[in-house]
Amino acid sequence: MIPFKKIAVGLLATALTLSLGACSKGGSTSTAAAGSPADVSLWTHNAGNKAELGAIQTIVDDYNASQTKYKVNLQAFPQDSYNQSVVAAAAAKKLPCVLDIDQPNVSNWAWAGYLAPLTGMDDLLGKYMPSTVAKWNGKTYAYGYYDVALTWVARKSVLTKYGIRIPTIDAPWTAAEFADVAKKLKAGGEWTNPIDMMTGGSGEWWPYGYSPQLQSFGGDLINRTDYKTADGALNGDKAVAWAKWFAGLVNDGYMAKKSGADPQADFLNGKSALLWTGSWAGTPVRAKLADDAVFLPPIDFGNGPKVGGGSWTWGASTNCANAQGAQDYLKFAAGDKYVTKVAKDTTNIPATDAAAAAIPGYEAGGINDIFRQYSKKFTVLRPETPGYSYIATEFAKAAQDILNGAEPKATLDTAVKNIDANQAANNYFQ
Amino acid sequence: MTTQTAEPVATRVAVPATSKAASDRIRSWGVMAARILLCGVFGLPLVFMMVSSFKPDQQIFGDLGSVNAFLPVGDISLDNYLGVFDRVPFAQFILNSVMVSVLTVILGILVNSMAAFALSRIEFRGQKVILSVILATLIVPFETLALPLLWWCNQLPYFDGSIGWLDTYAVQIVPFVANAFSLYLFYQYFDSIPRELDEAARVDGAGWFRIYRSVIMPLSGPAIATVAILTFLPAWNSYLWPLMVVQTESLRPAMVGIDYFKQMATSWGQIMAYASMITIPVLAVFIAFQRSFINSIASSGVKG
Amino acid sequence: MTALDKPLRASARSARTSRRGTSVALAMLTPAALLMAVFLIVPIVLTFGLAFTNSRLISPVPAKFVLFDNFFRLFGSDTFWHSLLNTVIFAVIIVPLQSGVALGLALLVNGKFRGTNFFRTVYFLPVVTSMVVVSMLWMFLYQQDGLINVLLAKVGITGPDWLGDPRTALFAIIVMSTWQGVGFHMIVWLSGLQTIPAELYEAAAIDGANKWQQFANVTWPGLRSTRTLILITITISAFALFTQVNIMTQGGPLDATSTIVFQAVRTGFQQQQTGYASAISLVFFVLVLLVNLVQRYLTRDKEVSR
Repeated sequence: MIPFKKIAVGLLATALTLSLGACSKGGSTSTAAAGSPADVSLWTHNAGNKAELGAIQTIVDDYNASQTKYKVNLQAFPQDSYNQSVVAAAAAKKLPCVLDIDQPNVSNWAWAGYLAPLTGMDDLLGKYMPSTVAKWNGKTYAYGYYDVALTWVARKSVLTKYGIRIPTIDAPWTAAEFADVAKKLKAGGEWTNPIDMMTGGSGEWWPYGYSPQLQSFGGDLINRTDYKTADGALNGDKAVAWAKWFAGLVNDGYMAKKSGADPQADFLNGKSALLWTGSWAGTPVRAKLADDAVFLPPIDFGNGPKVGGGSWTWGASTNCANAQGAQDYLKFAAGDKYVTKVAKDTTNIPATDAAAAAIPGYEAGGINDIFRQYSKKFTVLRPETPGYSYIATEFAKAAQDILNGAEPKATLDTAVKNIDANQAANNYFQ
Repeated sequence: MTTQTAEPVATRVAVPATSKAASDRIRSWGVMAARILLCGVFGLPLVFMMVSSFKPDQQIFGDLGSVNAFLPVGDISLDNYLGVFDRVPFAQFILNSVMVSVLTVILGILVNSMAAFALSRIEFRGQKVILSVILATLIVPFETLALPLLWWCNQLPYFDGSIGWLDTYAVQIVPFVANAFSLYLFYQYFDSIPRELDEAARVDGAGWFRIYRSVIMPLSGPAIATVAILTFLPAWNSYLWPLMVVQTESLRPAMVGIDYFKQMATSWGQIMAYASMITIPVLAVFIAFQRSFINSIASSGVKG
Repeated sequence: MTALDKPLRASARSARTSRRGTSVALAMLTPAALLMAVFLIVPIVLTFGLAFTNSRLISPVPAKFVLFDNFFRLFGSDTFWHSLLNTVIFAVIIVPLQSGVALGLALLVNGKFRGTNFFRTVYFLPVVTSMVVVSMLWMFLYQQDGLINVLLAKVGITGPDWLGDPRTALFAIIVMSTWQGVGFHMIVWLSGLQTIPAELYEAAAIDGANKWQQFANVTWPGLRSTRTLILITITISAFALFTQVNIMTQGGPLDATSTIVFQAVRTGFQQQQTGYASAISLVFFVLVLLVNLVQRYLTRDKEVSR
């Protein structure tokens, strides 16, 4: 038997000593004493992501050194649960002054009054790719240093072996051509499921990764003229055609209903021949396959190839004692120098032309330039309505159900019904 | 259990004496084989976790389909562990988890045992009602209360006079101190301690509090250990709540750290390494205290 | 909840009802009562209140009372009924399964033999490992080309896509949950077993009872109160099924693994419908309370004397 009493007394003593220091709050924002710089808190989703966190820290340090009026304090959160942390903070009215937000959430937050519009930055942001500037109701609320683009990854050697044409940005695969590609690869017998579209993913990947294909068919997540209903857009003939195509990939044995835990590793291990992923796969895939890796444009299902747009963007909250400082920082941080820094360190698509020219690989004709071209040419933003986060969950569930054999039309009808009810329940976010 | 007396064995079956020894032997070999087989069932997934923590990501997935998944073969290195220390303030997170868990356990033992003592030993009006209310709260899963609790914790005055408990150690500890299940276990255990003992102490002039401290608690080692373990595990493993209420990295507990490795491309090898590292302390404590661990958890079932 | 001490209790009654006793009792109850009131009862009451509003997690519009709207919507939702059904199926299967397997394990490692502690420790390992970690490990094992199917293929069976097939997903989660939790209940059974006096077995052996007869006539009756405890704890944790589902399947495929708590969290967090999520929680509380009352009624047998 353990000597409980001794242990308990010892532990209690230690714990109480520690807890004396623990009664103070973490990150307590001290009100600025006269003369000392005013606190501007900043949150980012980069905990554990050394490259991006390092870049953001550099900007913060540069800003703090550049003036004496404000002091920006960085707090990093892990990306996987960042939205939960931030929504919790928003609900508790504890948002920081400056924060990064996943672009499709911006309109929701702006509508809720959590975000302050960015003022006096139109000139600076005019140089940014449109998909990296988040607007709602005519006002700009956030900007991002980079975007990402969707792409099909394949091995050149495999495509050649099967006599498959390597598509280009000007001549992407058509729907019929893609059907033929899938058939050829399957017939080769090398892969159980030759195509991997990362169907094991969760959350935002579903609308980000698959709604562009829906849009290429001619459907959409919601009717974008007034954002009042998804009827016709998400359950019309074209949307149903998309759903049948999507489910068909599974039914015909071309794709797994649920990908493995790491589709990229599976692709590199030769378990799949075609991988639908994003530009972020560029660097790691090239590291393994070198010149054999090809990054192909999305399929044209009739309405042109599409990729999603909008990644992490920076904005200011309305819950800030030093709002002027927040605006000041965001202005400082929007220069080409920092777009270059962040895009380069994260290997993502830079938001401005000047930055692209300065980053090896993204210069015209560089190995990564193709991603920038896809982004510039094919981007459709996710619907800029405060109802988006709800639409996203409904679309994700519908797409998952359809892959698992649910009747496409009925499933999409249900999603439309729920989305419309939600838009109406919020009085169409007027 | 004290009331139980087994019913008399009704049937008598004669067993041929000659084959008995042989069949017993076969049986005991069979039983041992079953035990060893089950070790595989319960131990192998954790072996997989630890073995994978030494492999590069791509190899983890390459090995998935074969017995290699459980063997430290191929490209073995400490890279994942180095990566973990590079990405996460590991020592800080472990220290935070230790602080939060230990304090929750100690305060939980004090608070719940006192209440259980009052309910078990001292008779007063409303006792039954209080007990049934406490038992009813047993069924509430934390996830369903998280949002209202978050909002509410943010309205409460804090020790230093400010409003709101968010972003503190306290908000990770205090809401979980009073626990219906712990209280119930103490209550049951106290009820089994013969009342002659405290009667004797009363005759000697001891007050209720002294009886609690000097008679009942010293006899309740197994119950204390049970509650300690049952409080420690969820406190160590808590994830959803700290995600919501802790903003400062230096206050974050270990379990949240897992999310640091899920980026655009998840670093599975590092997740395995990190998961191994945050599990090993719990395992070590478990193995070190194994006997009292098991015997004391066992005691929670003595009375039903 | 033993009945033995009843006479003692009666004789002690006079001494226990002093006024001083009451004040001491109140003092000792206060910390727990206060903490429970603040951190448990208040949130529960808030949940009940929110269930009748259209409150949203993120919205500039103040919440309004909408009476029973949330409940009408809830009872008209297929997903809710699926979730309810899944939760009940999960509980109905896992309660006997987990307690049965745990009892089997306990019998296997009861008594003194070489390596007792080693085996008990190994069987207990999954209990001390975080559910988050355990869920991720099992996702690997359950993959279509994962280890479980590779092993099955060796004996000529083509395994399904365990978590991806609506027919097997809930079953897969049941197996994994049993694996994770069974060690704990093994220990609880063990304790029960250890309270059965060895003389009873000796007497049975002298009477010539075989192992099965010993179990049926000595062991099983001797475990009655342990059974009650196990029944209640497994039921409560079964109804609260969430973490595994959240990590492994997100309720899919086709709602096959959606549970009530999962629904509440999804609508409350991802879909930001606090009011609706609270209505789900409210229905959940009532449901579990009912099940609990029924269970306590059914297992009341020896407790009526209290």
